[in-house]
Amino acid sequence: MNWKRSLIALLAAVPVLALFAFGFTRNPAEIPSPLPGRQAPEFTLAVMSPGEGAMARTPGDTLRLADLAGKVVVVNFWASWCLPCRTEHAALSETARHYSGTPTQFVGVLYNDEPAAGLRWIAEMGGMAYPGVTDVESRTAIDYGLYGVPETFIIDPSGRVAHKHLGPITAEVLRRVIDSVLVTMAPGDTTAKSKAG
Amino acid sequence: MIKFGLAALLSLTFVIGRATEAQTASPRPRATIDADSALEARTTAVASTLRCPVCQGESIQDSPSELAQQMRAVVRDKLRAGETPEQIKAYFAARYGEWILLEPKMTGLNVVLYVLPVVLILGGLVIVIYLVRKWTRPV
Repeated sequence: MNWKRSLIALLAAVPVLALFAFGFTRNPAEIPSPLPGRQAPEFTLAVMSPGEGAMARTPGDTLRLADLAGKVVVVNFWASWCLPCRTEHAALSETARHYSGTPTQFVGVLYNDEPAAGLRWIAEMGGMAYPGVTDVESRTAIDYGLYGVPETFIIDPSGRVAHKHLGPITAEVLRRVIDSVLVTMAPGDTTAKSKAG
Repeated sequence: MIKFGLAALLSLTFVIGRATEAQTASPRPRATIDADSALEARTTAVASTLRCPVCQGESIQDSPSELAQQMRAVVRDKLRAGETPEQIKAYFAARYGEWILLEPKMTGLNVVLYVLPVVLILGGLVIVIYLVRKWTRPV
């Protein structure tokens, strides 16, 4: 009779333990985003800091995603109060310089922060190689399903989200994704709509 | 006498306070205020069904976090623009995934979430009734 009871207890315990074992291996903060593969949400944002070279924009102008069709667009959400943003900043700026002259545009979207604080941060970090834009009331951030900063979206020339990166991004990841999107474009073809679409 | 003076002073500050309040309050017609409170109630209803992305198990209605409040503002603006609660929920689900809905939709595998607790409770009840009957059976 005793072995019967033990068996029942064991049978009852196994599913519970299995559920715990599964649950503890998962990070509750990691929620799969539905955005990759879908059309990137449109944005029209005011330029706050200019950036450098071919990627530069005039502060006060607006930057629209629609105007960047045919380019690989790297949208990085950041804030001056965000510590991991400091970690990734050099990689973003260096990679932006590396792709200057290719149909690639980097954009830094300031998230829940004062533009003045953002500008101070850029100066403190030794500049930002690409334009910084402001996002009033986080409308664009919410459109992109943002949880926090930093988050980076890489949009292909047809305007589709090719990659979403949570947390500080590295130069390796940026290059791998940008290169994989760029190779789908014919050399010299900056529209590439038919190919990537 | 001092007491009386104090009371007079207090009532005076109260009157002045009310007067300035009346001046600063916008002279809006009753209908607008009613429409506003109706919109606010509808916003609350929709916001209560959406999960705050930066909290633990809290809705964007309950969370004081900046992002939750901004998302609530998006809900209000969309309602004002004439979107239905279903359209707004679909908008957030397209951005944040179905995770954002505090109550999962009753489709596909989600049906298990709704059916399983009922099945388990009924099953447990059957076992309890069976055992109680067995134990209380007259020998």
